[in-house]
Amino acid sequence: MISVTDVSKRYGAVQALQGVSLDLRPGEVVALVGDNGAGKSTLVKVIAGVVAADSGAIAIDGERVRVGSPHDAQRLGISTVYQDLALCENLDVVANLFLGSEPRRWSLLRHIRMERATRDLLTSLDVRIKDIRVPVAMLSGGQRQSVAIARALLGEPRLVILDEPTAALGVEQTAQVLDLVRRLRERGLAVLLISHNLADVRAVSDRVVVLRLGRNAGEFRTAEATQESIVAAITGAAA
Amino acid sequence: MTQAAAITREPYTPKGALDRLRHGDLGAWPVVGGLVAIAVVFGTLNEHFLSPENLTNLALQMAATGTISLGIIMVLLLGEIDLSAGSVSGLCAVVMAILSVRQGWNPLVAIVVALVAGALIGLLHGLMFTRLRMPSFVVTLAGLIGWQGLLLYLLGQGGIVNLPFDGFVAKLSDTWLTPLAAWLLTLVLVAVFAASNLVTRRMRLAADLPVAPTWWLGVKVAGLAVVLVAAVAVMSADRGVPLLLVIFGTLVVVFDLVLRHTAFGRWMYAVGGNVEAARRAGIDVRRIRVLAFVLSSTLAAFGGILSASRLAAVNQGSGGSDILLMAIAAAVIGGTSLFGGRGRTYAALLGILVIQSITNGMFLLSVDSSVRYMVTAAVLALAVAIDSLSRRGGTA
Repeated sequence: MISVTDVSKRYGAVQALQGVSLDLRPGEVVALVGDNGAGKSTLVKVIAGVVAADSGAIAIDGERVRVGSPHDAQRLGISTVYQDLALCENLDVVANLFLGSEPRRWSLLRHIRMERATRDLLTSLDVRIKDIRVPVAMLSGGQRQSVAIARALLGEPRLVILDEPTAALGVEQTAQVLDLVRRLRERGLAVLLISHNLADVRAVSDRVVVLRLGRNAGEFRTAEATQESIVAAITGAAA
Repeated sequence: MTQAAAITREPYTPKGALDRLRHGDLGAWPVVGGLVAIAVVFGTLNEHFLSPENLTNLALQMAATGTISLGIIMVLLLGEIDLSAGSVSGLCAVVMAILSVRQGWNPLVAIVVALVAGALIGLLHGLMFTRLRMPSFVVTLAGLIGWQGLLLYLLGQGGIVNLPFDGFVAKLSDTWLTPLAAWLLTLVLVAVFAASNLVTRRMRLAADLPVAPTWWLGVKVAGLAVVLVAAVAVMSADRGVPLLLVIFGTLVVVFDLVLRHTAFGRWMYAVGGNVEAARRAGIDVRRIRVLAFVLSSTLAAFGGILSASRLAAVNQGSGGSDILLMAIAAAVIGGTSLFGGRGRTYAALLGILVIQSITNGMFLLSVDSSVRYMVTAAVLALAVAIDSLSRRGGTA
């Protein structure tokens, strides 16, 4: 289990986070929701090691850890898929998956090993891409998102953070990506899903954590919460 | 979700090929079409154009500018530009000539020193680009003028250094493969190509990966064999296959293998495709960029030496006039994208073949150089237009 406790972060005059806590358990999808400026991105960046918190702690299985850089996060098994995906559109799926950590022998790329591993991984995630050797530019938005998520799984992480994975997608592709999120849960991964779309959140998450103005503003079990109660927590309407 | 097979076993369907075409992945086909058109037009206008003698001359003329173009491709792949390649080629040729003729050094040592000079120049460009954050356009524009200045300074009063005709350097461009050697080389190339394809196919089958149908493999091997046999037959009917062409061809093949089969090559494409993604994947973007400029200038230096070998002299015009534009045009016409991340080293070979054919053909027709410039410009513009349009198609 990954526990974030009492994290605060200030940018100049803006208190982005104040005493925020969050628990992420294996095999659970937690949705992080909140209005613009609620502190979702800052919290994600703290967990992913992109920015350092002013105070607060992150613990993995009860042991306090230091996440000082994205590299630290990677080493601790925290993988993040950012909204812009960071794929090289001119390279194919295989090359994108292994970019920066290509297996080599005598400094030559091991094409066949990489392609085999790619196919196995995509098949296990039930991601359907007809030809994985074409440039990523030729794939649909949903397929690209799937490739980015598959890449996040290569390092055998324990936590996958997904930043707005369905933001730019159509109905069918959104459904595909949500299916993929469910499959991550079946694999026993902890998933932190940042989303604006409450329908998506309700469709896949087990728990909803609401942030408002940099503080915890409510936590719901998705199955028991109503849309109204979540919206109320986001807007601060019902005190 | 109704698709039965998640992954099809044959990626080489006609429909897939059409898809690739529509997405702007035209490959080498526009260039090959252009070459055929050039051969037909000039061949009918002048019976001498397709003669073995002229085609062998063409092969000889290609090597120097082609090598410079190969260097240009290294920076184009990153989406950058090297405007200094012409000047650097001239300067390094002058360094080589002065050391070997005026100072009496061993020509081989002189060549190595000239190449090292080229590498250092590239290192300087790369550092100015990555450390000082200067746009590559400005860095190499300064190089274009600055290295030309150094060339004039080094040549001094004389303004020309002649290379002895029987010296090592001049001999480079006057060495021809015997027919036996040429045919053996052809045989080895085709055999190695076929064998490596077969081995790869075997390994893919063993790993349960999709493979292209056998007939496609046959077509590829036969295609290579036909092209090589035709080229060797034509050139052997004249003086033989020039050593210069073999050197240039080797460089093209070696750099293609490096780009496709090493992490360095893959990272070059990655940086050219999406710098941010490359950086986040842990690639040392700065190192890749510096290396690309080093390669570009080193290859330019080598091209300059080949050019000096052809002329058996270096003078104030070495590396000047239209060499730079020809080299850039060749890379783009051959299919290297100006926007980075797309292209192969064979672009240098194909592109320079197109440009040199046009130049050569118009020379035979005694067309004025004014017209020649305009036609070359039009071809370059057309190539860039195809590149831009296909890029738009690729992202749309």
